[in-house]
Amino acid sequence: MSVYDAVLHPFIEYGFMRRALVACISLGLGSGPVGVLLMLRRMSLVGDAMSHAVLPGAAIGFLIAGGLSLPAMGIGGVVAGLIVAMLSGLVSRTTVLKEDASFASFYLASLAAGVLIVSLHGSNIDLLHVLFGTILAIDANALFFVGGITTFTITILAIVYRPLVAECFDPGFLRSVRGHGSAYHFLFLFLVVLNLVAGFQALGTLMAVGLMMLPAAVAQLWARTLPVMMAIAAITAAVSGFLGLLLSYHLGLASGPTIILVAALIYGVSLLFCPSGALRRVFPARI
Amino acid sequence: MNAAAVTFNNVSITYDRHVAVSGMTGCFSPGSVTAIAGPNGAGKSTLLKALMDDLPVASGKIDRGGLRRQDFGYLPQTAEIDRHFPLTVADTVMLGAWKETGGFRRLSRGSAEKGLAALHAVGLDGFGHRHIGALSSGQFQRVLFARLLLQDPTFIILDEPFAAIDAATTRDLLAIIDRWKAENRTIVAVLHDIDQVRSYFPRTLLMARELIGWGDTETVMSPANLQRARAMSEGAAARLSVVAQ
Repeated sequence: MSVYDAVLHPFIEYGFMRRALVACISLGLGSGPVGVLLMLRRMSLVGDAMSHAVLPGAAIGFLIAGGLSLPAMGIGGVVAGLIVAMLSGLVSRTTVLKEDASFASFYLASLAAGVLIVSLHGSNIDLLHVLFGTILAIDANALFFVGGITTFTITILAIVYRPLVAECFDPGFLRSVRGHGSAYHFLFLFLVVLNLVAGFQALGTLMAVGLMMLPAAVAQLWARTLPVMMAIAAITAAVSGFLGLLLSYHLGLASGPTIILVAALIYGVSLLFCPSGALRRVFPARI
Repeated sequence: MNAAAVTFNNVSITYDRHVAVSGMTGCFSPGSVTAIAGPNGAGKSTLLKALMDDLPVASGKIDRGGLRRQDFGYLPQTAEIDRHFPLTVADTVMLGAWKETGGFRRLSRGSAEKGLAALHAVGLDGFGHRHIGALSSGQFQRVLFARLLLQDPTFIILDEPFAAIDAATTRDLLAIIDRWKAENRTIVAVLHDIDQVRSYFPRTLLMARELIGWGDTETVMSPANLQRARAMSEGAAARLSVVAQ
């Protein structure tokens, strides 16, 4: 098998592979930088929780549209994600529960509610699609949807970069200069939800967060400045998408999980080889 | 500095539904330099947060004499900031120019120069491009002081500025406090070292959940008052008592 057959042929020959690849690259461009900020805020778990929180909203969209309709499920997902983000923020501010505990409670409830709603009126196949995505079934409309969210995300990040980073780094300082920190915090949570919804058809509610957090973790291992971290995260996500799609094509594996596993593999390799990684500790003199 | 007095009138503050501070009455007069002392858990940080209007008071009143939120400069305890955040020293210091830049406006040449001057003042010339993650805790504290210098606040609040900081840094930063003193800014600092309090801070507020003394350091830091502070929070007072002996 030539390099052409192995690497280029699947994408040249099949439209669904091309669309899947474009979707992955686009998702990475948005989710990567958002994931980096999420991780720096020590909110990785919150990202996980939010991805589950999207589910019941998407399920209600599924019910109303009477099938797998991306706009209906997307809007439902955004609304549900935002409600859970606000409610758990409220709970952690007004009770003794810490934010992660309240997020965990909300996402378990959301996951159960979502699965219940889909299984009321859909088949097991529908449920599988909602939970784990159908990246090979992405059509032009879905691409516009994902691309639109990515464009919006990058534009907003570019505009509010300074206050957002200041809020991440030292929220007390931003409060002290009347920097409207909580407004930026909320805007950021909105971007998180949007990107999870964007990743939702491709990878499903359960794994959309994978393309957000794994590339961010890789980026943190390699880079020391924020812009470079964001670039590495976006590239890692895109490369995971490309390699994952190729592997799943040649080996006949499910695409979504393969993409996430490739990202996990890159993370594992980075743990060994990054500047502060395991190998440098074992062989400090040679490397 | 045309600072205004900040007056506490029988102020109580609750935190996590417990009364953290009660019965605080006294005054930070313009240009005064006050140490806040007391055992661990005495509510010192809570008092500072209420002073800046970060926490509401449960009862009583704080009169800030027309000072706005942005007139206060606050140095948090070092543990409150993630020192491995991917920012450079210059990024961090230039946050101090927020009044001018806000979230979106560009930084003027004048402010950039002031930032360099602030770095020089804290002894970190040429450190602008270093990552804050590569700094020692003393160097990082210098960076935060430089940010405060740039902020140019009328009322400066320092929460344990010298905890876990080496002697040379402490000496340099005390010199900065002296400079602020000369510029007639109002300064409040939480401190644990009683010798530092006696030699640099003319006024002291001693507390252990409630007010024990607020006035001239020599009067407030009497053996009887320190004994009372210890007694009012047994166990937690160990650190202060060791220093007091």
